Amino acid sequence: MNQLRRAFLKNAGSVGAVAAAIATGLLNPVTVFAAAWNSLAFTTKDLPGALKNAGYDGAAESSDIMIKAPDIAENGAVVPVAATSNIPGTTSMAIFIDKNPAPMIADFQFMNGAEPYIATRVKMAKTSLVRVAVKAGGKNYIASREVKVTIGGCGG
Amino acid sequence: MSMNRREFMQILAAAAASGFALNSRAALSAGNAASFYELPPFGNVSLLHITDCHAQLLPIYFREPNVNIGLGHSMNRPPHLVGEKLLKYFGIKPGTPEAYAFTYLDFDNAARTYGKVGGFAHLATLIKKIRASRPGSLLLDGGDTWQGSATALWTKGQDMVDAGKLLGVDVMTGHWEFTLGADRVKHVVDNDFKGKIDFVAQNIKTSDFGDPVFPSYVMKQINGIPVAIIGQAFPYTPIANPRYMTPDWTFGIQDDNMQLVVNEARAKGAQVVVLLSHNGMDVDLKMATRVTGIDAILGGHTHDGVPVPSIVKNAGGQTLVSNAGSNGKFLGVIDFDVRGGKVMDIKYKLLPVFANLIEPDAEMSSLISKVRAPYEAKLAEKLAITEGTLYRRGNFNGTFDQLILDALMEVKGADAAFSPGFRWGTSLLPGEAITMEHVMDQTAITYPYTTLTEMTGTTIKAIMEDVCDNLFNADPYMQQGGDMVRVGGISYTCDLRQTIGKRINNMMLNGKALDPNKKYKVAGWAPVGEGATGEPIWDVVSGYLRDKKTITPRKLNLPKLIGVENNAGIA
Repeated sequence: MNQLRRAFLKNAGSVGAVAAAIATGLLNPVTVFAAAWNSLAFTTKDLPGALKNAGYDGAAESSDIMIKAPDIAENGAVVPVAATSNIPGTTSMAIFIDKNPAPMIADFQFMNGAEPYIATRVKMAKTSLVRVAVKAGGKNYIASREVKVTIGGCGG
Repeated sequence: MSMNRREFMQILAAAAASGFALNSRAALSAGNAASFYELPPFGNVSLLHITDCHAQLLPIYFREPNVNIGLGHSMNRPPHLVGEKLLKYFGIKPGTPEAYAFTYLDFDNAARTYGKVGGFAHLATLIKKIRASRPGSLLLDGGDTWQGSATALWTKGQDMVDAGKLLGVDVMTGHWEFTLGADRVKHVVDNDFKGKIDFVAQNIKTSDFGDPVFPSYVMKQINGIPVAIIGQAFPYTPIANPRYMTPDWTFGIQDDNMQLVVNEARAKGAQVVVLLSHNGMDVDLKMATRVTGIDAILGGHTHDGVPVPSIVKNAGGQTLVSNAGSNGKFLGVIDFDVRGGKVMDIKYKLLPVFANLIEPDAEMSSLISKVRAPYEAKLAEKLAITEGTLYRRGNFNGTFDQLILDALMEVKGADAAFSPGFRWGTSLLPGEAITMEHVMDQTAITYPYTTLTEMTGTTIKAIMEDVCDNLFNADPYMQQGGDMVRVGGISYTCDLRQTIGKRINNMMLNGKALDPNKKYKVAGWAPVGEGATGEPIWDVVSGYLRDKKTITPRKLNLPKLIGVENNAGIA
């Protein structure tokens, strides 16, 4: 099954796969590119400032945001991070990494009814909290999880 | 030097007769060698467990640690107990064969009295005996089987693959196996193991789509009872070992997925769920609090020979957590009494494998002789005589590690040296010849390159802090299960009450404080980065030994520890 999927995707090529995703309406290129690029938020050097400039300030800690990330990163250059928001009416989700030079990583907007689930890979130079902030019903929420970045070696 | 079985029996008998500390079972065994291994059958589902044999086909000496510190919740609990504190906790009498097996106490004398431990031919006989009394039982191998000896390295693990098959292993998971490369592991699993040994690992996925690389578990029928054996490979393989060996695979602990796998196995009718784990005992103990529905975890990786398993309560009931030591020294036997679809009772025994008490299995002996034959002359080369005991295990240093550090610093002309905190490697008694085989026992890896690097004092401290945190982070899921990097040339203090960045202090080199900005020449080996080159560590060490001829007792460079008052993990 998986081998078949792998072969299919190889043959279909990445362009085809992305085209298929757009066709299903999951990615709406017009909306995505129409949204203003918030360069201020993405270049802010401190976490409180980045949260504020991205519009996620004053977020309440929430246990309804599930973050999936490794306890220890296998490769700090590509750390897989996924998150789900179980907060009704979620309209956007953003990822922040406290110890990165610019903490804001990504901001995802959800169209009506889209499932608030995100998965991406982030770059981390050192051990840090990974935070996922959510906008829902005009309020802000946030959750965090620590990911350790180590130099490796010396294991049993 | 070591005595044969008859002499061993005579000593036991004499000691028992004269009222020396020998427990009743040992005394009994003096009258009948076989009775030491009499384990009355129990229940209707039995599993035998070996782990972390590190490719030791022949009996060896293995000294248990005198430093195995646990902090916080882990303090003074298994497996963080050493020496007399371990004996007291588990009710083992000093001066007995068991005390020799489970502790470092009086190691040289005990080793001379009770002889070598492990060996696949001896293990084979013992396994046959135990399985004969337990029809339908399975043999599980927790991994670290294809690495740790010269022959395993030189045959790319083939000697151990064949030995494991002959031993009758049914299910296996892994760690150091992966340092032979992903292709080699897949080749063995898809060919040598096909239809014979199930290789299971719920936590290895492809890094592109997250597809499973191996089955998560296997369902076996034992005496009509469905038993699920789930595999957990070492979660931090691509971090602790070179990532380039398994570039397309991702590991991790993944306890959410573990719960899904347990649930699936239960839904498919498993009446017993066992986790064959290479997490390390501290990680297993934490996992047992979070994942429900596992009856027993048969663990390895941290090389803890734990005589009595820990019982961990969780939301779904309880989970037994064991760890079966290393180097072929122990055989774990777990018996389940399953009635009405439920586990009613469990019995666990960790049997030390005393080579002098067991007749070697002829077929396995013959296989071992065959695989060693092409290499015997090279392995047997006597490089030097050791005047002191040589061993590796311990949180901060071992005498064989010190020897490696001394060799690195002298041969490389370095100010300081680092040697990895590996937990494998056999032990030598005073007066023994150090052979090439012994050197390979400490160094046989697929990335053996030695390096000489200029590092600032700041970098040296950062490396030591990083490794120290892998050992003493308060969260077991952030630990990697190895020991502290061995440090040559630099004295330091280690404050275990602190967190990363603040533990390593007072670093001194040649009586002077380490300058954070000055560059020092640091020798090392086993770099995990891709593209490293350099003379293999075994050539550096063997050259040094040939040159010295006699190795005086090593002076261990050990840190002054702060925050270990009343800690039962330090002798």
